Amino acid sequence: MLEKIAPGRLVRPVGALVVLVAIWQLVLMLTGVPRYILPSPTAVGSALIEQRALLAHHAGITAIEIVAGLIGGILLGLATALALARFRALRRTLLPLLLISQAIPLFALAPILMLWLGYGLGPKILMAMVIIYFPVASTGYDGLRQTPQGWLDLARTFGLSRRQQLLKVQLPAALPSLASGLRMAASAAPIGAVIGEWVGSSQGLGYLMLNANARLQIDLMFAALVVLVAFAVLLYFGVDAALRLSMPWHRDRVESGP
Amino acid sequence: MPPPGLIVRQASLTFGDRPLFHGLQARFDAGSWTCLLGRSGSGKSSLLRMIASLRLPDNHHLDLATSDGAPLAGRLAWMAQQDLLVPWQRVVDNVMLGAHWRGRPKPEDRQHAERLLDQVGLADKAGQWPDELSGGQRQRVALARTLFEDASVVLMDEPFSAVDAITRLELHDLASRLLADRTVIMVTHDPLEALRLADRILILQGEPAHLVSIPVPEGARPRPLDNVDLQRRQAELVTRLQESAHA
Repeated sequence: MLEKIAPGRLVRPVGALVVLVAIWQLVLMLTGVPRYILPSPTAVGSALIEQRALLAHHAGITAIEIVAGLIGGILLGLATALALARFRALRRTLLPLLLISQAIPLFALAPILMLWLGYGLGPKILMAMVIIYFPVASTGYDGLRQTPQGWLDLARTFGLSRRQQLLKVQLPAALPSLASGLRMAASAAPIGAVIGEWVGSSQGLGYLMLNANARLQIDLMFAALVVLVAFAVLLYFGVDAALRLSMPWHRDRVESGP
Repeated sequence: MPPPGLIVRQASLTFGDRPLFHGLQARFDAGSWTCLLGRSGSGKSSLLRMIASLRLPDNHHLDLATSDGAPLAGRLAWMAQQDLLVPWQRVVDNVMLGAHWRGRPKPEDRQHAERLLDQVGLADKAGQWPDELSGGQRQRVALARTLFEDASVVLMDEPFSAVDAITRLELHDLASRLLADRTVIMVTHDPLEALRLADRILILQGEPAHLVSIPVPEGARPRPLDNVDLQRRQAELVTRLQESAHA
């Protein structure tokens, strides 16, 4: 895995980042947008450094919400996928409900969760879980359902029970499909946590952004946003790396990409 | 334990509302190699799946007995046209897949799997992923996995049809040697394959179909290609198969 993060592979993304920051600075100089609309990159940079203690405190809160939500949502989604694949009666009753539930605008649930669970970490974690749950459950179930018949034939002649077949054959066969759901989950988790914080909270990066905005500390608001983006990116690549490690036989194909 | 013979007392299969066969009877002698031929759609693969108690979409019924009276379950190994190697296990673990899937494999399972890999000539590939092997090598691993089950009855559904002609001949020699003294039923499309390997050749023909026994060439299997009798029988068998389409 380490050879993957070779310096050569980082040149392009870092280069693109530098170009973006340069454009940002250029727009400021050419248009003269006021500082309280768009702060300069250097102002955001110094806010990042000067307010690092404050940022670190709130970032820690948000990180706990994201990670707890991610773990909870993945476990619950996976359990749902396995139960759906195993029990026909559950498929008939739960599957339509699950599909209909996707029509609910999840963000609209945030105030209700707040009402029921208060202002603490609970509703934020639950919000992140709810957002992650569906992609994991649906890609997991899809993968479990599409096990090639030949492997099931083999399992049958090996004398496997239904449970063994599910865990030893269908689950590993579903991993590539499940992996795409987990990648989606990793990018959606920070959204859930921040939405929860915006609706009502006293800590976290989402709270810090709203608070800084109200006090016209726009450079701090942007600094919080930068930290949040860094979280999202780290989380995505972390999950991606973990998935590659758990599917070593898949590695060659994934890495042979452009 | 000596391998059992199989007696199909009664087999019926309906495809939609068309009966493919009805009241079909067959004997598969203990320790013999039977090749089952027939045109596409004659139901020969379905008959094999029925014997293996595998899922079938169509209406079917089978009354099967063994020559020793004991149940067939647990004494049966299955080999299909696809090698069915799982990509998430290394080659040696694919050989001992049955042990992995049934529970925790024992150290002697691994030694047994390594010995089998050696027998199919792939001892040096044990630690590789299946994706790194050629089609012929993968099918040899599938053969080793079939042997690992140590079943006295082996059912094979066109096991060598997806590999090239030369590899196929090599696989015949290997399979014939390693599966000696087991009761083998093999579905095939290849008349030459049947003539090289079979103690007995059955053609599923007619509508509804019945089984016709065809004489096999002289000599021990696997019969060499320059066996004169084999060449004569091949022309005969091809003619029979062509006729069976119109019978």
